[in-house]
Amino acid sequence: MATFWICFLAFPLVVFKINANTRSLDTRWDRLYILAGSVFVLTFIWRFLLKRRSFDRLTKVVNEPHGSAPKPTWLTRLAKSRQRGRLLAVVLLSMCVLPFLSNPYMVNIVTSALIYVTLGLGLNVVVGVSGLLNLGYVAFYAIGAYTYALLGYYFGLSFWVCLPLGAIFSTLLGLLLGLPIIRLSGDYLAIVTLSFGEITRLVLTNLDFTRGPRGISNIKPPSFFGLNLNGTPKQFLIETVGFHPDMDLNRVFIYFIILAVVVLTIICVYRLENSRLGRAWLALREDEIACQAMGINRTRAKLTAFALGSTWAGLAGVVFASQITFINPASFSFMESIMILSIVVLGGMDSIPGVIIGAAVLILLPEQLRFFSDYRMLIFGALMVVMMVFRPGGLIKSVREVYIHQASDSKPEPRPVVTALSTMEQGAEDD
Amino acid sequence: MDFFLSLFMSGLTKGSIYALIALGYTMVYGIIALINFAHGEIYMIGAFTALIFSMLLGGPAVGMSGWTLLLTVAALSALYAAMYGWTMEKIAYQPLRGASRLAPLISAIGMSIFLQNYVQLVQTPNFLVFPDLIPQIDLPAAVAKAINRTHLVILIVTAVAMVALTVFIKFTRMGMAMRAVAQDPIMARLSGVKLDRVISVTFVIGSVLAALGGLLIGCSMRQIDFYIGFLAGMKAFTAAVLGGIGSIPGAVIGALILGFAESFAAGYISSSYKDMVAFIILIIILTLKPGGIFGTSQTQKV
Repeated sequence: MATFWICFLAFPLVVFKINANTRSLDTRWDRLYILAGSVFVLTFIWRFLLKRRSFDRLTKVVNEPHGSAPKPTWLTRLAKSRQRGRLLAVVLLSMCVLPFLSNPYMVNIVTSALIYVTLGLGLNVVVGVSGLLNLGYVAFYAIGAYTYALLGYYFGLSFWVCLPLGAIFSTLLGLLLGLPIIRLSGDYLAIVTLSFGEITRLVLTNLDFTRGPRGISNIKPPSFFGLNLNGTPKQFLIETVGFHPDMDLNRVFIYFIILAVVVLTIICVYRLENSRLGRAWLALREDEIACQAMGINRTRAKLTAFALGSTWAGLAGVVFASQITFINPASFSFMESIMILSIVVLGGMDSIPGVIIGAAVLILLPEQLRFFSDYRMLIFGALMVVMMVFRPGGLIKSVREVYIHQASDSKPEPRPVVTALSTMEQGAEDD
Repeated sequence: MDFFLSLFMSGLTKGSIYALIALGYTMVYGIIALINFAHGEIYMIGAFTALIFSMLLGGPAVGMSGWTLLLTVAALSALYAAMYGWTMEKIAYQPLRGASRLAPLISAIGMSIFLQNYVQLVQTPNFLVFPDLIPQIDLPAAVAKAINRTHLVILIVTAVAMVALTVFIKFTRMGMAMRAVAQDPIMARLSGVKLDRVISVTFVIGSVLAALGGLLIGCSMRQIDFYIGFLAGMKAFTAAVLGGIGSIPGAVIGALILGFAESFAAGYISSSYKDMVAFIILIIILTLKPGGIFGTSQTQKV
């Protein structure tokens, strides 16, 4: 039944293709048969999954009538388990070894995935933890990228000067924008940030000193104590560890920089979430009025979240500019904001491992789907819908669920904070 | 003066089209508090089906022309857009009822990406020429100087659609049910309103209006591509928020303000800044009046 419906629906668009040259319609009945076949199969899968979902819900209601904490899935359990410290160390180590074993293409993709991890973690502070829907996050990312590009272009400032400057500029801008609009509620905040993102892009396109839509090219890669990395060090690496000869060592260096930034971000966000401020954010997200009654300064807490979130966008922007070596306003479109938001939501709001997995899936998946070439964005869109229907909480639910009050055993189990953190810090020093 | 008048007219028509799309946003938002990002895509699909049907029916095989063609095409594209809207709601939003607020939003974004790429794949990524479907009308010379027939038809259609919608919402049983759901979904359900049905009808009406918008924009701009829905959708959404999202007269006023702002900014400042002006007005209005022009900023109570 559903098959007929979809075919009927798709009929005019699929069967008739407009021929722009002859101004006539080409008919393609064969397409309809293919569509009918695939839709027929897909409806069965869809039905099955929906049934299973409602069955799951039913059993949950029967087994746990008091609505206790939801049963964690294996991903969540993995993220929570005591093995987490060891797991983190393994992941970090393999990330460190990766550029020496793989090809330049892989390093590039992983670098961009890491940039998105930083962006996702930053946005997670704003959207996930504090519940402020920011649809113009890309503006701060653009500010960071343009800070480095412009200062490098006009004044020849180096990467290392611009990295903190980019972060500072976007934080300041976040404060500036945040001040008037932070009292707006929910969707109004979303649309204002959205328009702010668009304004930033349009300003960058129209101003003269940003070189308009042509963008800025030849952005210098970061310097490694003034050493030419592609000279002797590269020869040395090729001879000793069998380094890939096409690899640009500057790129590898950027890879390590962004890896360090990600580790730093994870530590910061982790500490922040468990700090007084982080709890204030969480509480504000849940109930503003109760919070104000408890004496939390609403404006200040929200503003800090907003500004801190933009700091990471600025950092990521600087690294992005140095990685891609060419930026123009088109790189900072609204779709980019949406992409970062999808990372946060898909991975699981307010969950650090979730955001990391989300970024990995969303950035690496289109690359893997290249094999379907034309269809990859189509599949990507469909996957987003399917994900939301079957796992609206994201891939990894928030670890914070530990704190949910349980009627049977009133003592929440202590989390292995110390082990996880110490391994992470060791990892940071390894860089 | 002529220049001003032509800018005024173009602002008015642009505003009317935005209004047609913005109504869909605002109705859906009013009822289930969802920003339906895929609404712009429905508008794009409306334009595409209109183009295909106009070529099919206007071609030598059937040979319709003039008003018959325009009306048939409008009806068919509205019908198809309505079906797309209905199906979209069933697939992407209905299973998500009761989920967190961001989940349907992401699902809507996914739907929007899906539909955009779907049309791009089955049709073409390039611009297509849209035929001028609106037949010749003999206008008095004084009127013809101020407004051309396309703009006139756009204004009339928009005005009729608004009046029809207002009557529908105010005086029919379904309209009453819609207002009830918008006010309090749980209470409405308890008093026997079929929630799913109301939501479906909302999507259908929104899609019909969007499809009309798509058809009209095709006739006035004379070219369409798979990407038109995105920008128009964003503008219309801005308009809806400007007027106070959830409010129907608000959406119309907001859309008109946006249309005028864009048109005058393009005429008197520079056409590259026209999009910026629209957004700046939005920010200013929302900072001064955080609920939109017609929005009620209610104080929350515990």
